[in-house]
Amino acid sequence: MNFKHKFVFLFPGLFVLIGILIFPIIFTIRLSLSGWNSYTPEMNFIGITNYIRLFTDDPRFWESFFRLSFLSVTTVILQYIIGFALAMMVWREIKFKRFFRVIFLVPMMTTPVIMTVIWRTFFHESLGPVNDLLGGLGVKPILWLSDPVIAKFTVIIVEVWQWTPFMFLLLLAGLLSLPKEPFLAAAIDGASPFRKFVYVTFPLMAPISIGAIIIRLIEASKIMDTVFVLTSGGPGTATETSSFYIYIKGLREFQMGYAATLSFTYLVIMIISLTIIAKVLTKLMIKE
Amino acid sequence: MSKLYTFLKYFFITFWTVFVVAPFLWAVSTSFKDFQSVNSKVTYIPWLDFEPTLEGWRVLVKSPAKGGVDIVEPYFNSIFVTCTASLISIVLGTLAAYALSRFTFKAGFVRNNDITFFFISQRIMPPIVLSIPFFIFLSTIGLLDSLLGLVVVYIVLLMPIAVWIMVDFFNRVPKELDETALIDGCNPYQAFYKVVLPNSIPGLIVAGMFCIIFGWIDFFFAFILTFTEVQLLPVKVVALNSSITPWWSLSASALVSVAPLIIVAFIVERYLSKGNLSGALK
Repeated sequence: MNFKHKFVFLFPGLFVLIGILIFPIIFTIRLSLSGWNSYTPEMNFIGITNYIRLFTDDPRFWESFFRLSFLSVTTVILQYIIGFALAMMVWREIKFKRFFRVIFLVPMMTTPVIMTVIWRTFFHESLGPVNDLLGGLGVKPILWLSDPVIAKFTVIIVEVWQWTPFMFLLLLAGLLSLPKEPFLAAAIDGASPFRKFVYVTFPLMAPISIGAIIIRLIEASKIMDTVFVLTSGGPGTATETSSFYIYIKGLREFQMGYAATLSFTYLVIMIISLTIIAKVLTKLMIKE
Repeated sequence: MSKLYTFLKYFFITFWTVFVVAPFLWAVSTSFKDFQSVNSKVTYIPWLDFEPTLEGWRVLVKSPAKGGVDIVEPYFNSIFVTCTASLISIVLGTLAAYALSRFTFKAGFVRNNDITFFFISQRIMPPIVLSIPFFIFLSTIGLLDSLLGLVVVYIVLLMPIAVWIMVDFFNRVPKELDETALIDGCNPYQAFYKVVLPNSIPGLIVAGMFCIIFGWIDFFFAFILTFTEVQLLPVKVVALNSSITPWWSLSASALVSVAPLIIVAFIVERYLSKGNLSGALK
């Protein structure tokens, strides 16, 4: 085969992507070394002043980062458990199998911000149905959106609703592609459903699980839309994630230089931590 | 034991189904309400709890000058941006994926896997990191607040998905297929176009669906990079949220916006049941 052709296939996509991305990334790095804000909107050079500020004098960013880690790890774990359970349930024949499969997939097809707008009315503290129905059971109105602790769980509920289907889809597709032989062998050995799951299904699903968890973690680490509409980061900063904080600094307060510093640091932390998580998960789940 | 298990299973399935459907039912009900039935007390069932009106749906097609919401134009903008960006991403992504699956690349320490990883890793990029430079960049070249600017940005969002799905898919299409075609006298482009591509239609459909989903549901870039000239659907709907909460038109427009992609759920399910997807998504 003539090997010149391979570049014709690869380069259009590669160069379009690099072409679109290279400027923003270089620009972000350069911007992070400048003091661009609404008073001096220019590309001056102030060295690593911004980085020093970030690492010594900005607890709000680190808090938002830990909050993001908490939210994304919790939602992904919940999504994995629920998604796996749902996938197991509609894997084999059950009544209305296809109906349930469609229902379980629907939320991921809906636009997160738009559904969050609905959720906001749903969890509305005096006019929403949740508190009304709970009130019927004698429960006091719950401050879904204005209590700093409960607001986090409201975000988690919405995120789980929205993205469990994605996990469900990846895991069900995985289950459906598993070879039949190990299950036959287990059936012949008379293994109980529980043992079958622990010794056959789960190990076979390990690689697919890791892939699904990492994909979801990547997407969950960008939680922003939900928070933006549901709570606007509030009450106070109780649900503020890193992206949202950078958004406030950059595009509301117009501290472009500092926001670029935050962005770049955030990106580097994201890449490093996701790589580590991927390595650790692979070690934990595949024992060889 | 197994009876308990069956009971738990159906209980859980029912619970989850109710949970999934609840916000939709609430939105449908709310879209027929008027000021009175939203603000006095919580109401659920039309005719029984409140007198339904079509006002929420009617304002959707009225022009803003007449107090309407007019989501028709944002609707077409969203369709245009999503489809254009998906199409470009699929074409470029499929070509690149084919190259990465069939040929060996070597440049210094960079191998095929590294290039594939480079493509896919763009999904890690938090949108906020790109939005600030894109904001400044697009405003310098005058593409801020335009459809073209958004298409460019969406390609970054969507091409990684196309490459991710198609590399895996091509890896499962037997190599002998193209080799036979080459022996039969096709050049590499013909082999790709006439032999490999027709055998990859399930993969292309899956990749296309994912691109359309992730393009359609994006809010953040549309929110930051457009203002008044061009509005996409999610931005328009969320803008309704900030005013004095006309819940009825809000619900109606939300339902209209999420409706088209629900069809995709049916297509995905079809592919799952036929077993085509299992290969394409592993």
